[in-house]
Amino acid sequence: MRNLGEALERVTRVAGIRGAMLVAEADGLVVAEALAEGLDGAAVAALAASLTLRLRRTATSAGLAVPHVVQLRAERGTVLSVPVGDDLLLVAVAERDANLGLARLELRQAAVQLGS
Amino acid sequence: MRVIEPWVAAPLQGFLDESGARLTLLMTSAGQVIAQDGFTRSVDVMAAAALGAAIVASTDAIADVMHTAAFGVVLHQGPKQSLVLRAFWTPRGRWIGLVVFGSETSVGLVQLFFQELELALAKAAPAELPTRAVLAENFEHELNASLRSLFGR
Repeated sequence: MRNLGEALERVTRVAGIRGAMLVAEADGLVVAEALAEGLDGAAVAALAASLTLRLRRTATSAGLAVPHVVQLRAERGTVLSVPVGDDLLLVAVAERDANLGLARLELRQAAVQLGS
Repeated sequence: MRVIEPWVAAPLQGFLDESGARLTLLMTSAGQVIAQDGFTRSVDVMAAAALGAAIVASTDAIADVMHTAAFGVVLHQGPKQSLVLRAFWTPRGRWIGLVVFGSETSVGLVQLFFQELELALAKAAPAELPTRAVLAENFEHELNASLRSLFGR
């Protein structure tokens, strides 16, 4: 559990990140979370897991293999998702002006940390 | 989709459109069916409603024994299909939702959209209707009328 907390903290330390969650991909349920107040983790987890699963199928069907990062950019911010092993996702919610390059890097490294 | 009370139809249709559920049953906590989608035989609906209400009553009793708050959700996860049972309050009393779903959706999505259904039902519920006692001699007639509404027969 300490490893989980460290991995989530690694992501949420990036400026502009409102929260990070470890999500069970098939269930869309939150395994662990570090979220700013007011962020509906259960809703983000369910929808992000569903979206990532469908995008993975799309990419695989198109012969592109498994996506390393899914990035959904919206008017007021961005949702990022990276796989952790075969069953989990690490999901982050970023504000509009967040450093997304650094956020992606930290997400990937946190995912490696969790998967090891 | 078949409903006993018409105001339930729109909120339930929203849930069905979003959740990807295969079977959905709304019932009172006594097991009286309010609406159903996906069932083809009345006997299955009646059995599922009775069993669902019994399971929720059992978990309520377990919560009592454990001196804890009632369990919000019961989840049976299977290899091909799963089932969520959820008791919730409406302006018309305590109801139970029974949802069967497969791998085309997830328990997270089903729960998310069910919460939205609960809010939509609370908004759509009409002002309290005058209560009408169900007399024993009318029970069979009432039951048959409900079954006709649910199955169009």
